[in-house]
Amino acid sequence: MHGEKPVSEPESLFDKLWKSHLVKAQTDSTPAVIYIDLHLVHEVTSPQGFDLLRAKGIGVRRPERTLATLDHSTPTLPPDAEGRRPYYTSQARRQVQTLRDNCREYGIQLHDWDSPSRGIVHVMGPELGATQPGMTIVCGDSHTSTHGAFGALAFGIGTTEVGHVLAKQCLLQTKPKSMRIKLKGRLAEGVTAKDMALNIIRYLGMNGGTGYVIEYAGKAVRALDMEGRMTLCNLTIEAGARAGMIAPDQTTIDYLRGRPMAPQGADFDRAAEKWLQLASDADADFDSEITLDASLMRPAITYGTDPGMSVAIGEPVPEAATHSHAKALRYMGFSSGQSMQERQVDVVFVGSCTNGRISDLRAAAKVLQGRQVAPHVQMLVVPGSESVRKQAESEGLHTTILAAGAEWRLPGCSMCLAMNGDLVPAGSTAVSTSNRNFEGRQGAGSRTLLASPETAAACAVLGRVGSVADLESAREAG
Amino acid sequence: MEAFNKLTGSILVLEQENIDTDQIIPARFLTATDFDGIGDHLFADWRLDADGNPVTGHVLNEPRARRSQILVAGHNFGCGSSREHAPHALLGFGFRVVISSQIADIFRNNSQNVGLLPVVLEADQHARLLEMDGEEISVDLEQCEVSVRDADGSEQSWPFSIDPFARHCLLRGLDRFDFLNQAEDAIAAYENSYECQ
Repeated sequence: MHGEKPVSEPESLFDKLWKSHLVKAQTDSTPAVIYIDLHLVHEVTSPQGFDLLRAKGIGVRRPERTLATLDHSTPTLPPDAEGRRPYYTSQARRQVQTLRDNCREYGIQLHDWDSPSRGIVHVMGPELGATQPGMTIVCGDSHTSTHGAFGALAFGIGTTEVGHVLAKQCLLQTKPKSMRIKLKGRLAEGVTAKDMALNIIRYLGMNGGTGYVIEYAGKAVRALDMEGRMTLCNLTIEAGARAGMIAPDQTTIDYLRGRPMAPQGADFDRAAEKWLQLASDADADFDSEITLDASLMRPAITYGTDPGMSVAIGEPVPEAATHSHAKALRYMGFSSGQSMQERQVDVVFVGSCTNGRISDLRAAAKVLQGRQVAPHVQMLVVPGSESVRKQAESEGLHTTILAAGAEWRLPGCSMCLAMNGDLVPAGSTAVSTSNRNFEGRQGAGSRTLLASPETAAACAVLGRVGSVADLESAREAG
Repeated sequence: MEAFNKLTGSILVLEQENIDTDQIIPARFLTATDFDGIGDHLFADWRLDADGNPVTGHVLNEPRARRSQILVAGHNFGCGSSREHAPHALLGFGFRVVISSQIADIFRNNSQNVGLLPVVLEADQHARLLEMDGEEISVDLEQCEVSVRDADGSEQSWPFSIDPFARHCLLRGLDRFDFLNQAEDAIAAYENSYECQ
């Protein structure tokens, strides 16, 4: 890349990443081959991928570009006196052992139980600085979109493709369409990145992003810290788009400086200079452009069975517009026009790759400070990683959480998808900081209301649906 | 992957919109390290009660459900997680084709990779199929068309579009990996290039 550059078409962040990772261009009859810089691996979607290697008698092409962790099937309760972890099933234990064996056989770094960095794959990658701007990042997990917060092209893949990346460090892909969502204005006090995301999904619908990669831009996005940006990009898949992304800026660079897997010293400064050039050019074209006013957004909570079915806290349950909508209300036990605040809450879950980072736990602990979780509520607080857990404990957040009557668990995906035994009982209502309120997502028959950590903590104290503001007015009234 | 060319058979309709992958295969069935027998857990929370007994009257428990190879589902099928277990469960249950008016990106990709044909039709055609539960239709991948019979016996065909490479692989039962493998020289060249970080 020397000499004068020809005048080129303006490009978006996505265009730049797509182009720079093209191993073979797309043709009318064949997909593009794109190179993958970082492959994140966990125990659930990888075993059959490794089997593909065995079937073909090949190895992992770039083990150093592959990073593994245990998160989905892992218990969040501590080991017994003999050191045995309380896995939900023997099959879960075997699944974890399978990943351990695969990583050993193929020379892949695994953050096992003894790693001080083990965590939910989308919490751990950024914390280690493995996630970097300009990268292509994949994982057999739809919430891989999280990493787009750094200006990476990051998306979830299936297990067959996990095998492809293990074997060739590449994927066959057809270029998706691009959408830019500009968020103008500023979020009001007490309105979080989670609320912003739920408002966007409500606007787009759970399939409004299908076929697109979404770039988030605008003042309200720039004002988010990296953890907020991760929450926003994480939830992109809930609008149907595989990837969400945000151009790297000083906030991105400040977050990454000094992280163990990020470049160090002068290399970092050189990298940072490159990262800042990834932003979409001024006249870049998008297939779709949307502008929303962040200043109008209010704390949100879902009432239905997809993340697009949300209202501002205080708004009644909307009229059922379709047959599916009516079915969702029946499942949730809500009726149109009903006030959500009447609903008793049985379980509160703070955690997940959406809201299991230190700022999320600080926000929840701040609400719980000097208050008690309602006696009928079970509240689980599950840090997103060992690093988050240690940081929280050093700040004494766990003391506040335990004193309020909540449980302080070990890191993992836990109740977000309830495959480790952390279940919401059938018929119970959970307010959850996670990402999906699908029927049965948190256990067969569970009813999930998605909200921010602040709102979830407020609901735990109130013992019913409500906001932080409701909690404060209850205190004044009391 | 089994090749797919043309299939004629009765359809099974699940008209609900936004059927997500947690419905198709709940997370508690994801701890296996292979896909064997996963079809038995398809739509487990719809088909089976808390004790694992079939829910009486559910369409998926009718004998014809296991014989049907064509699923017609409501708008935006397969949204949610990237679990490839979802198309594997549908295949394991006996389906070869899923038809909707929109199919989620990751699910569609996964389906093409494992030999389940995803077909997206226009809204009015899809609406018509939703009314035809149990009736016979044809799905022809060679011609890229779905054919239905009108009340007067005349046949009507609707074209559908599919990624040409996915079609090529499905028609011949080809493993997409082989194509990727053939790109080895380009991959090696890329890895030696400036662009590769």
